[in-house]
Amino acid sequence: MLAYLLRRLFYALPILIGVNLITFGLFFVVNTPDDMARMQLGVKRVTPEAIEKWKAERGYDKPLFINPAAPGVGLLTETIFFEKSARMFVGDFGRAEDGRDIAREIVTRMGPSLAIALPTFILGLFVTVSLALLLTFFRATYLDFWGVVLCVALMSISGLFYIIGGQFLISKLWKLVPISGYGGGPDAWKFLLLPVAIGVVSGIGSSTRWYRTIFLEEIGRDYVRTARAKGLPETAVLFRHVLKNAMVPILTGVVVVIPLLFMGSLLTESFFGIPGLGSYTIDAIQAQDFAVVRAMVFIGSVLYIAGLMLTDLSYTLVDPRIRFER
Amino acid sequence: MSFQPVLLWSDLLIWLLVAGAVALGVLSARNPPLRAAWARVGRSRPGMAAATVLLAFLAVGLLDSLHYRPALPGGEGGRTVYSVEVLSALDALLTPLRTRNEKTYSAPLATRAHAREAIEVRAPDGSVRQVRDYPRLRHGGAHLGDEAARDADVAARLLRACALAAGLWLALTAAVAARRAARDGRGFAAAWRGLWRDGEGFAWNAVLGALAALLLLACALAALVPEYHVFGTDKVGQDVLYQVLKSVRTALVIGLVTTLVMLPLAVLLGIVAGYFRGWADDAIQYLYTTLNSIPGVLLIAAAVLMMQVVIDTHPQWFATAAERADLRLLALCLILGMTSWTGLCRLLRGEALKLRELEYIQAAQAFGVSDLAIIGRHLLPNLMHIVIIALVMDFSSLVLAEAVLSYVGIGVDPTMISFGTMINNARMELAREPVVWWSLAAAFFFMFALVLAANLLADAVRDAFDPRMTGAAS
Repeated sequence: MLAYLLRRLFYALPILIGVNLITFGLFFVVNTPDDMARMQLGVKRVTPEAIEKWKAERGYDKPLFINPAAPGVGLLTETIFFEKSARMFVGDFGRAEDGRDIAREIVTRMGPSLAIALPTFILGLFVTVSLALLLTFFRATYLDFWGVVLCVALMSISGLFYIIGGQFLISKLWKLVPISGYGGGPDAWKFLLLPVAIGVVSGIGSSTRWYRTIFLEEIGRDYVRTARAKGLPETAVLFRHVLKNAMVPILTGVVVVIPLLFMGSLLTESFFGIPGLGSYTIDAIQAQDFAVVRAMVFIGSVLYIAGLMLTDLSYTLVDPRIRFER
Repeated sequence: MSFQPVLLWSDLLIWLLVAGAVALGVLSARNPPLRAAWARVGRSRPGMAAATVLLAFLAVGLLDSLHYRPALPGGEGGRTVYSVEVLSALDALLTPLRTRNEKTYSAPLATRAHAREAIEVRAPDGSVRQVRDYPRLRHGGAHLGDEAARDADVAARLLRACALAAGLWLALTAAVAARRAARDGRGFAAAWRGLWRDGEGFAWNAVLGALAALLLLACALAALVPEYHVFGTDKVGQDVLYQVLKSVRTALVIGLVTTLVMLPLAVLLGIVAGYFRGWADDAIQYLYTTLNSIPGVLLIAAAVLMMQVVIDTHPQWFATAAERADLRLLALCLILGMTSWTGLCRLLRGEALKLRELEYIQAAQAFGVSDLAIIGRHLLPNLMHIVIIALVMDFSSLVLAEAVLSYVGIGVDPTMISFGTMINNARMELAREPVVWWSLAAAFFFMFALVLAANLLADAVRDAFDPRMTGAAS
């Protein structure tokens, strides 16, 4: 088990290096630091001195890969690649445009992101799996048919409309919960209610339909026929046999996203003004803060790879046939 | 000549895609399994209704892809001078919609503006005084002598539109029935009844039903558009219906041109990895695993940010604003294509791995057929169903993605009309009192119709092409 995990970690390294190289290429080779400086300072009427100063303040005035001017190891370490890209591997992301440390910002913003994303994820999973089981139970009836039609209609609505519509109806017309914001203390749940509800509803369409196909595939197997033949009621067949056996395909899609919950949701957080990582990313994109975007790309891929490893681990939990010897 | 044709890059690609679709149709007609699969799509009622609606959207988008520059009146010394403004055939058709702008917001079918302002009223004795009231619109309902007659006028126009739509629809249906009667050698009445039955080999009832709804909508709009703003006007007084129709092209370009970028990459790399194995397989797998592990939005954001830097630091590359917006749209398609080929590539690699071990491929190898011929003649046709399914499935998600990306600020050029920019501009208006809801409602309705139709067609196509699906309960 441990050996397997170590081997997977070893495989993940080249992928992370690749991600690092791609972002480095995008941010420093396709566009030189000079271009970025001109962009940030305004394209017109910018003096070469101002560009040099901008670059020096951010440490972009060094050579890209090799610094022949520096002594000893500095040949490789005093370069943009080492200082800006390679150091992301040890969690050093540098500073944002406003001078704050990105790593610390990320740690403080994870909490609010998780407060929204985790309940949305758990509730959403529960609701969609239940609905899919319901549709499977009533398969080949009008309820099933119109349920699927409703799912297709729900997944044809842009996520933006769910948020705008929910905020308008529930917060503005009915004044049930605050329209946006985030707070600690006993009233925090008020701010979380609407984003979580909207997050759950907007995911119903596609997820329910997807789980329904999984259940329907499972229900055609022989063991289901055996279970019915020995006289089990349909509900017992569904809950005790089909649900358990459908766990492997469900987990494949679900566990991968668990680590990514830390990143929060871009849309929800920016619409509801939640100070999480999603709104941090959006603000950085809109302010063209390249250092933050670079850091988020790297963290996103680290979390995705962690998700893949978690998926493999979760298989052993639900399916005793899967072992990691090999 | 009174106009000068202009070929934008995205127009070229759109028409190239139309040619590609025709080629695919010819290819499918010659290949019996593909023809059978398309016939199964033709029997699906939701699929054919969706296809009819999509064709209507496509017609709007294609009309909007014929660009030209109109000649300015009074050219100097016999030479014609062309306007710098680039218009499309759709703009020409919608000239009243495009040019008759109000000052600011007005509700759908309104005759007065949405907000009060100071207007001068001439009293009977000739004195002028200022009052705060809702001013009359310049164009909305301007033909009415008495504003109270608006409801009656609208009802009369709608009634006429319904009659026209019913007449057109009956004529079309009769034409279809007559054709089928002549082809099958049966009576007209029998052919007419056959149109409404299932099991005729083609879901005519769904097509005609969808056509009835489309005709009704089109006739009602055509009857009201000349005198009213059917969906109201936006902040700068532009007609919302015009914006919605212009958005269709942007959505289609994003949904279709992106696949044009994605397809060659995915097919080429997927087949090379699956068929040749070895180091090529390793390299391609590494490439798509790496790209796949970056969360999609972030990769797109990073790439678009860099594109913006390139565009902003090289203003000399673009002659007109329309050209810049067009190239930015294409760059967005390119970026979306570069980030979304991985899924299809993995599917194709897996299938190619499976196929290359089958006897017929091994027999071809044993006969000494070259690898290129094997791939072209034996492998590619058997991968076509995966490609077709992926193409139709991706379209709707790309249209939805455009709206989100435009909201985040990494979508199309802000000057380009699209569903995303419409939503983005309209969402703050919900906070106004009284609420300005019509821009959002119109964008929602048209976008929902487009994506729903695409999803339904995708389902029909998947059910028809996926070998696992045939025979199974849907």
